[in-house]
Amino acid sequence: MTTIDRVLGAGIERIDGPAKVRGSAPYAFEQDPGEPITHLALVQSTINRGRITRLDPSAAEATPGVLAVLTPANAPRLSGELTADLPVLQSLDVHYQGQVVAAVVAETSEIARAAVGGVRVEYAAEEPDVTLRADRPDLYAPAQVMAGFATDSVIGDVDGALSTAAVTVDATYETPAQHNNPIEMHTSMARWDGDSLTLWDANQGPHTIQRDLMTAFGLTAGQVRVISPYVGGGFGSKAFAHPHQILAAMAARVVGRTVVLELTRQQMFSLVGHRTPTIQRVRLGADSEGRLTAISHEVVEHTARIAEFAEQTATATRVMYAAPHRRTTHRLARLDVPPPTIMRAPGETPGMFALESAMDELAHTLGIDPVELRIRNEPPRDPERDVPWSSRSLVECLRTGAERFGWAGRDLRPGVRTDGRWLVGTGVAAATYPSRRRKADCRISVDGRGRYLVEIDGSDIGTGTWTALTQIAADALHVGLGEVELRIGDSRLPFAGGAGGSTGLASWGSAVVLTARQLRARLESLGGQPPPDGLTVDGGVPGPSPHAEQYSMHSFGAHFVEVRVDADTGEVRVPRATSVYAAGTIANATTARSQFLGGFCMGLSMALHEESLQDEHFGHFVNHDLAGYHIATNADVGEIDISWLDEEDPWVNELGLKGIGEIGIVGAAAAVANGYWHATGRRIRDLPLTPDKFFR
Amino acid sequence: MKEFRYERSPDPAAAVALLAREPGGAFLGGGTNLVDLMKLGVATPDVLVDVRELTSAEVSDLPDGGLRIGAGVPNADLAADRRVRERYPVLAQALLAGASGQLRNRATTGGNLLQRTRCGYFTDVTRPCNKRSPGSGCGALHGVHRNHAILGQTFEGPGACVATHPSDMAVALVALDAVVRVLGPDGERSLPIGELHRLPGNDPSRDTTLRHGELITAVDLPPLDLPSRYRKVRERASYAFALVSVAAALRVEDGVVADVRLALGGVAHTPWRARAAEETLLGRPATEEAFAAAAGAELAAATPLRDNGFKVPLARNVVVRTLLDLSGGTR
Ligand SMILES: Cc1cc2nc3c(=O)[nH]c(=O)nc-3n(C[C@H](O)[C@H](O)[C@H](O)COP(=O)(O)OP(=O)(O)OC[C@H]3O[C@@H](n4cnc5c(N)ncnc54)[C@H](O)[C@@H]3O)c2cc1C
Ligand code: SF4
Repeated sequence: MTTIDRVLGAGIERIDGPAKVRGSAPYAFEQDPGEPITHLALVQSTINRGRITRLDPSAAEATPGVLAVLTPANAPRLSGELTADLPVLQSLDVHYQGQVVAAVVAETSEIARAAVGGVRVEYAAEEPDVTLRADRPDLYAPAQVMAGFATDSVIGDVDGALSTAAVTVDATYETPAQHNNPIEMHTSMARWDGDSLTLWDANQGPHTIQRDLMTAFGLTAGQVRVISPYVGGGFGSKAFAHPHQILAAMAARVVGRTVVLELTRQQMFSLVGHRTPTIQRVRLGADSEGRLTAISHEVVEHTARIAEFAEQTATATRVMYAAPHRRTTHRLARLDVPPPTIMRAPGETPGMFALESAMDELAHTLGIDPVELRIRNEPPRDPERDVPWSSRSLVECLRTGAERFGWAGRDLRPGVRTDGRWLVGTGVAAATYPSRRRKADCRISVDGRGRYLVEIDGSDIGTGTWTALTQIAADALHVGLGEVELRIGDSRLPFAGGAGGSTGLASWGSAVVLTARQLRARLESLGGQPPPDGLTVDGGVPGPSPHAEQYSMHSFGAHFVEVRVDADTGEVRVPRATSVYAAGTIANATTARSQFLGGFCMGLSMALHEESLQDEHFGHFVNHDLAGYHIATNADVGEIDISWLDEEDPWVNELGLKGIGEIGIVGAAAAVANGYWHATGRRIRDLPLTPDKFFR
Repeated sequence: MKEFRYERSPDPAAAVALLAREPGGAFLGGGTNLVDLMKLGVATPDVLVDVRELTSAEVSDLPDGGLRIGAGVPNADLAADRRVRERYPVLAQALLAGASGQLRNRATTGGNLLQRTRCGYFTDVTRPCNKRSPGSGCGALHGVHRNHAILGQTFEGPGACVATHPSDMAVALVALDAVVRVLGPDGERSLPIGELHRLPGNDPSRDTTLRHGELITAVDLPPLDLPSRYRKVRERASYAFALVSVAAALRVEDGVVADVRLALGGVAHTPWRARAAEETLLGRPATEEAFAAAAGAELAAATPLRDNGFKVPLARNVVVRTLLDLSGGTR
């Protein structure tokens, strides 16, 4: 018997790295469909609400090189089961600005884009309703919020407890609409062979896209193949199908040729979702020692008139701190906006900005160190579900982070430290994210020479799946990395849920481990040697961990930052940060660090810059490109110290792995805003912390 | 993008003659602004006359001790020029505060001066904008305008426009009293840079006083014998246009302001020479109070919009701090 060292956890470099660096890893736009490609360009509505009264494509149709102009009048009919923004070109009604009202197919992208101007569209427009306010009379409670959470949670008598609390905080926090901006624009290339469709596509889960294409065109799974081996980031905007996939397939069917559609950066601001703005009122009551007696977190956010996306903003508040009296609520306004969608840690990201800011305000009111305040409110069990934690290491994250950052001896007073013209402060906030496992199938084959092939429709959207899943497979099969070939990113492969909710590696990895065990058992029964013509085993995991009901499963973390604010200009810098995480097993030290780091930087970017500015009169997002929508540059990112605790969790899944794609962003914005307050004495409760707010 | 012809000419005069015959044509410098606007459909020239290699890419000494900057000098080269760094630090700093390394390699001196506003309604052809489409209205006036002008705007009528000029370099050149050399169909002329850009008045479609077919060939810098610096405030640490910027030069003798130049960026349709502030300061003691009074004198005329009132105290603070830095105060 050979013994093989575990490769799980090792900081192995990305196995897809060399191909990406050489440009030989094909992204959707670079795939070779086997025939000349035609190009699609979009005509988009310039109103938010109303109806098309006239649509004249004749000038575009007459343009040399134009193959077809699709309009609501001539576009193929799609299944009536499609919802939200997916029934493209099926009606003359306009529901949001940027809705596709016609599409031009041409021999080149230049011709297609130029011909867009040759489609004349007139509308009967109604006044857009795009402004979210907490006092809107039409706010409603959705049946449930995202990821299956209850809309409200109420335990005890919150108002009573608040009225008798020794100290209270009552504050309203706001986060603006934000847009995902992965480097790779959303791209779909469609080819039909008879009644079978192949889509090379940038997404976070081929099976998810396949399902909607099957519905749209009335096809079977065998008739639709979605291929997505390499994807240039998604953050949630590529989790679900959007109009572009349907459009590419529709256009390819009409012209009988391969069609590619690559969205422009500007189009990404209306066609692939955004994070809802939020208005969050948080009330905390505590005794004079800082023990919370009541927590209330009431969220107001928006959704689209044609689709309900109810961001689960207050759900982190249900698990963070102990308090006998507690309440969380979510209310939505249906507005004339494009459908919102997932953006890295939907729910936790805006919600923890509010809760963790309020905790900082409470610490100040009490004169208690904010790290200590959190430790005093550590709940021994899940405070709302009343079940034990599968594992919870928040206190250790806070203590370790404080140590690494040099928090001890911090002066609690705000606005008293300067370095030249810089006002200097430090801030802390906690992070949390649920740990879940989803259904995933897997197939593993071994050939006569002992080479293994692992097939599963997992996704690598830049997260490192190619590498980490290969490591997991090698360990589970008791072989070296080089003996395992992995196939992911293709709907022909065994089913798996997409990369989302930090469930990817937890689900795919568990499926691989269980299937590998089955294969090894079969091999053992065959005397340890693969038969000459090989062996194949199908396995997987059926869904959530069987222990998910008995235990509350979450990862935790803590961020510490130094914040500097220019006393003359209100410019903000974050020269250093420390983040410590406890997320169970870490599969690959190198790619995990990148995930934590990237998550934190996105939170920093949210704190300082990101904001989609909507024109209330015209209803559109005005700063709809990367010159106008500011994202942190390298110069904005200082020294970041990332580390994680060794945490074993026997309950979450086969690998004890909690998922790390999202927790890095959670709480980061609160840490920065808390540091801003400590530096300046000014509490900015509405993100981002742009210089104008310094002059209020 | 609309189809266009691309032309090269043997010399500047031929380029000018060619463009004079093409009412819908435009000169092409580095293309970093013009080509973007063409892709957006904001600029729709039917012919581009490439002048990047036609105008001089040299920085040369002038007999009076000044410098002549060819219109084709890339922003990166100008910022790196030893004479510029030593004698006109305000200019080198302004250039390096703009755009990115890649863009500065490509962008030219002439093109930088004539880059167009970054107003989000101007760059979106589906929106009203008097600058792009005269008479259609000003989308920004009651829209998203946090980074728009606080001085010299037009609020009423077909001239309504509240946009800013985005260039950093131009702010420094205005403070330096640069002279712009132009070759037109009627021959050569020179104009003080303060007369190049214009306020929107009743025709915001015209950013400058240049006539169609006039080619910028060079920019002359008079000698500067006082310390200078540039300070830019923006919404992130790099790669963003100015909220407010200040180009300043100051000489203090015996505690009294002997000479001062002050220009503001991000506040108006032109790089804004702060004459009122300069006049207030000359001969006054170089104190923080005097600097604040000077800034106040300039900004008394400010007419901020709904969402950009912060630029008034911001501009005041940056003026005061920059002058303090130049007078030997610390940062
Ligand atoms: C992402 C991004 C960020 C940026 N950030 C900044 C910033 O922070 N600060 C800043 O100052 N700038 C910034 N810029 C703008 C940049 O400085 C300008 O795009 C550049 O200077 C324009 O120079 P160019 O040679 O490329 O001009 P072009 O794009 O070629 O031309 C611009 C205009 O000038 C005309 N023109 C060109 N040369 C001549 C000539 N010799 N005579 C007459 N007319 C001429 C053209 O017809 C056109 O109208 C940024 C640009 C981008 C794309
Ligand atoms: S500010 Fe000027 S450039 Fe902007 S929309 Fe108004 S007119 Fe157009």
